[in-house]
Amino acid sequence: MHAVSSRRPHRGPIRALAAVLGLALAIVLAACTPSSPQSTEKPLRALAVGATLEPASMDPWHNTAASIPQVLLYNVYETLVKVDTNGEIKPLLAQAWEVSADRRVYTFHLNPAAKFASGAPVDAAAVVANITRLKGDTRLTETLRAQLAVVAGAQASGNNQVQITLLRPSTMWLYDMSSTLGMMLDPSATGDLNTTSAGSGPYAVKAHNQGQSVVLAANTAYWGNPPRFDEVTFRYFTDPNAMNAAMLGGDLDVISNLQAPDALSQFADTTQFTTISGTTNGEVVLGVNHDNKALAKLEVRQALTRAIDRRALLDTVWNGQGTLIGSMAVPTDPWYEDLSATNAYDPDAAKALLKEAGYSSGLSLRLRVPVVPYAVKSAQFVASQLRDVGVKVTIEELDFTRWLDEVFTKGDYDMTIVAHVEARDLGKFANPKYYWHYGDEKFAALYDAADQAPTEEQADAGMKAAVRYLADDAAAIWLFALPNLVITKATISGVAQNATTLSFDLTTITSR
Amino acid sequence: MQLALRLARRAGVFLVSLLGASLLIFLVTNALPGDVAQVLLGTDATPEALAELRAQLGLDQPLAVRYLQWLGGLIVGDFGSSHLNGQPVLGLLAPRLAVTLWLVLFGVLGSLLIAVPAGMVAALKRRSWPGFTISAAAQVGMAIPVFWGGIMLVLVFAVWLHWLPANGYVPLLRDPAQWASHLVLPALTLAGVQAAVLIRYVRSAFLEVLNEDYYRTARAIGWTPMRALLRHGMRNAAISLVTVLGLQVSSVLVGAIVVESVFTLPGLGTLLITAVGQRDLLVVQGTVMFLVLAVLLISALVDLSYLLIDPRQRTAGGAR
Repeated sequence: MHAVSSRRPHRGPIRALAAVLGLALAIVLAACTPSSPQSTEKPLRALAVGATLEPASMDPWHNTAASIPQVLLYNVYETLVKVDTNGEIKPLLAQAWEVSADRRVYTFHLNPAAKFASGAPVDAAAVVANITRLKGDTRLTETLRAQLAVVAGAQASGNNQVQITLLRPSTMWLYDMSSTLGMMLDPSATGDLNTTSAGSGPYAVKAHNQGQSVVLAANTAYWGNPPRFDEVTFRYFTDPNAMNAAMLGGDLDVISNLQAPDALSQFADTTQFTTISGTTNGEVVLGVNHDNKALAKLEVRQALTRAIDRRALLDTVWNGQGTLIGSMAVPTDPWYEDLSATNAYDPDAAKALLKEAGYSSGLSLRLRVPVVPYAVKSAQFVASQLRDVGVKVTIEELDFTRWLDEVFTKGDYDMTIVAHVEARDLGKFANPKYYWHYGDEKFAALYDAADQAPTEEQADAGMKAAVRYLADDAAAIWLFALPNLVITKATISGVAQNATTLSFDLTTITSR
Repeated sequence: MQLALRLARRAGVFLVSLLGASLLIFLVTNALPGDVAQVLLGTDATPEALAELRAQLGLDQPLAVRYLQWLGGLIVGDFGSSHLNGQPVLGLLAPRLAVTLWLVLFGVLGSLLIAVPAGMVAALKRRSWPGFTISAAAQVGMAIPVFWGGIMLVLVFAVWLHWLPANGYVPLLRDPAQWASHLVLPALTLAGVQAAVLIRYVRSAFLEVLNEDYYRTARAIGWTPMRALLRHGMRNAAISLVTVLGLQVSSVLVGAIVVESVFTLPGLGTLLITAVGQRDLLVVQGTVMFLVLAVLLISALVDLSYLLIDPRQRTAGGAR
């Protein structure tokens, strides 16, 4: 062998290639051995949370993506009041508050201990500065602009006391203040809010690794109960299977919301995992376009509702996880009642109603749905059940942004399925320009009266009546409310059972 | 002289392809329904607000104007900025590129490591069981979709054995051991699928060598088949191997995109998928343009590499 190689000088390149390949193999093999945990002086208390949609920015005021408040609300930015796991309004930055007799003036008593991560106090001046900033912001998202429209102004009535005046009474306003609208930003903040944060919460944005994660670090100077983790990482997965695999492989501590309920059985081992099943604000709505001649008829909408066995649908497409609601309210809403028996499943009655409306010989409808798991699966089920009562359904699946353009904005559809995840969002039905083109004046009057009711009890009763009206009028078909399915390692506790807000609230979570 | 002419012609083809690709990419991305203004402003946006934002972002200008602006930027190396968060596209691409490059590099190296020895054995032992086994395995490998192969590896090595992380990425400079452990499964997935394709080419390239006079001569002077193949066969087989590798580059990149989403690696592929979903057109255009550039560059390099591998091509009149 050696004699031959000396005669062959141009063997060099091949030998070099072999060396490179060998080295690569060595690296791969070395990496295959499980790395032993590195012993550092002080163990880092870390929490890894799996989530689905990655936020494009860390600025919730100029970007509507719900994935931003999921990370920031209550964890990084705090609000005067917060909504707890049962849907009740609780103190946060404000220790207490009073509402004037005409329900137009709210007086908040701020916690004197509250301060921003910079050390500056969250005082009356800071709250007024926040309201003024939002009022003057021309690039504010349309959602926040609409929520803010009811606010006349804010003024300090003491160092830690602030009065906010509304143009008219509004039941929804205080709820809105518990969400993005109420997030208090440090008035002295100068950093780029796309990538940094300046809040008063127990955590601060440390890094956004685009394409994979957002890392929060503990705010060591937090004014309330000290944060229980040094670092919290939200890791994003476009593929639910990848998230499940990461959880099963031990790389995640929490799955913030399981995307496919049929994966639940993978986490059945209670010595390793805890499954939390609660409710969300997400109503899966089979929306109908009221501009369609047939769908404008009450009998047709009632017939469609009666043709769909929603219990069977929930069992089939969502593994029985979730709640049957029957109208635009979820169990954590103060005015919720189970209306799933309104227009209950009865295919014979459905056929009779269709006949009455003049569609006994058949009706053709286009069901255009965004490509999201619950919509695609529900669409198949709905189409098959409607076929049974003589309605021909053509399903079209659209990528979400296309759905937003063609169905949501341009109204080019007969029926669609999408989850409405905003909290207390029945007011959407009062807007005739909204993609359902509902525009029922009686409903709008009921809703406005409830929102502006003089007392809280009257407001809740009014909302209840409005919700019932929607169900009776079959304004849409409410398939079910999405469940809040959280998987944690068995060592994690304190995760809120119900997702009543957009926040994934870290403040209650502990690890042992 | 001939060589210079050949290089000049190659450069010309390169530029024209690039220009054509840019036009195609621009037209296709702009034909997508829905736009970034809607993604940014959300479901409550009024038509006026949408129109205003579109004007701010320059999305209301005629297609031709926008194309020329984009092309003008590309020529001076300015890929524009993301509509979603204002970050420069090149700044978004650079860290993603590093991830994809590692994946492609280890994927290709791994596929060669598997395919070359396996292909040689398959050629030499083509009439006995090792040859049959390798050929059959290659057929099966080609039939396996990349994502399925990836999921199976995750199931075995991450979920059952807990040897390796299921997915995710750690940059090399932060923690080299973690970096390597996160790349093993994705690289193996990509390598396995590519190797299955390559084995057939390696096998037939070496089969050709077996019929050559020089091989018979080498055998006649007493060399073992393997030694003769390594000494004389390798360089000859390398020419067709490099051609196939060059053709495979685009499929390796496509494979990398799939592998990235299975393993949630923050590479060019996942950037592209996210950007398409959000209609962040400049990011989509920039990323695809970059991939096209990479494919064209590599195929140019493959052409040039013939000159290195095959001395006959360096002499006058040796153009293929």
